[in-house]
Amino acid sequence: MKRSLFLLVFAVLLVVAPLLFIHHSDFGGTDDQAEKTIQVIAPHYKPWAQTIFEPPGGEVETLLFSVQAAVGAGIIGYIIGVYKGRANQRDEAK
Amino acid sequence: MKKWKYALFLCGLVVYFTFSESSSAFAMHIMEGFLPVGWVIFWWLAFLPFLIIGMRSLIRITREHPELKLLIALSGAFTFVLSALKIPSVTGSSSHPTGVGLGAVLFGPWTMVVMGSIVLLFQALLLAHGGLTTLGANAMSMAVAGPLVAYGIYRFGKKWNISRRWTIFFAAFFSDLATYVVTSLQLALAFPDATGGIFASFVKFAGIFAITQIPLAITEGLLTVVVWNFLSTYSSRELTQLERGV
Repeated sequence: MKRSLFLLVFAVLLVVAPLLFIHHSDFGGTDDQAEKTIQVIAPHYKPWAQTIFEPPGGEVETLLFSVQAAVGAGIIGYIIGVYKGRANQRDEAK
Repeated sequence: MKKWKYALFLCGLVVYFTFSESSSAFAMHIMEGFLPVGWVIFWWLAFLPFLIIGMRSLIRITREHPELKLLIALSGAFTFVLSALKIPSVTGSSSHPTGVGLGAVLFGPWTMVVMGSIVLLFQALLLAHGGLTTLGANAMSMAVAGPLVAYGIYRFGKKWNISRRWTIFFAAFFSDLATYVVTSLQLALAFPDATGGIFASFVKFAGIFAITQIPLAITEGLLTVVVWNFLSTYSSRELTQLERGV
C-alpha cells in the first residue's frame, strides 16, 4: 500500500512539474499541432470529412471528458471494492 | 530500490526537465478527414481482421471464464479513464495516455483490441477527438500496436524472470510510446516530406512528440503498477488463473 502511495505521488509530480517549469504556454492539444504540421508539409491538402458531432464550446467538451473519466473511475472503484470485499470474506472464513 | 538509485533518478529528471526545450509537438489521434481516402481504406482493411480476432477472443474468455468479466471491465474502464486525461507535458503541449497496457498484460493483446476501439469510437462520436474515417488508423496504433507491444514485453519479462512490477511498468510505458510511434508513421506515410520523403516526415512527426509522450508514458506506467498492486493484493486468485493461461 505504501508503495502504491509513493507511485501515485510520483505520478502527480510528473504531471505538475511541466506546469511549474514551463511558462508562456497554454498546453494546447498535440493533435491540433498535428493539423498545423500537415498543413506545412502538404499545404494543398483539404480535410475531406468532418466530424459528425462537435461539442459546442470548450465547456461542453470538458464535461464530456470528465464524464468519460468519471464513468471509468467509478467502475474501477466498484470492482476493486468487490475484490476487497471478497478477500475480506475469505479471510474471515478462515 | 536503494536510496542512491532514487537520487540518481531524480537527478536525471531534473536534467531532463531543464534541457527539454519547449517546442510544439503533436501526437494523439489522427483528426477526422486528415488521412487521404486511400490510406483510410488501407488502415480500415488492416484493422478489421484484428477486430474480428479480438471479438472472438473476448467472447471466448467471457464464455469459458465468466468470473473474469469483472477484470475485463476493469481493464476497459482503465483505458476509459486514462484516455480521457489530457496531461500537460514538458514540451508545453498536452497529450493523453492510452491505458491499454494493463488489459494486454492480463488477457493478452486481443481483448484490448475491442476495448481500445470502443474508447476510440466514443471519442470520435462524442468528443470530435479522432474520427470515424481515421478510426481504422487510430485503432491500429492504439488498440493493436499498443497492446501487442505491452504483451510482448510482458512475455519477455516473464521469460527472463524480471521483477513483475518492473515488467508491468515497462509494458505500459512502451505500449504508450508505440501507439504514438505508429501514429507518426501513419502520418508520415500519408504526408511524405516534399524533399526528404517519408523518413524526413516521420522524423518531423515523431521527433518532437516523443518528448511530449515520455513523461506521460511514465505516468501511465506508474498508474498501471498501482492498479496491478491492488489486484495482486485482493484478487490474487484471478491473477493466478490468468497466469496459467485462459
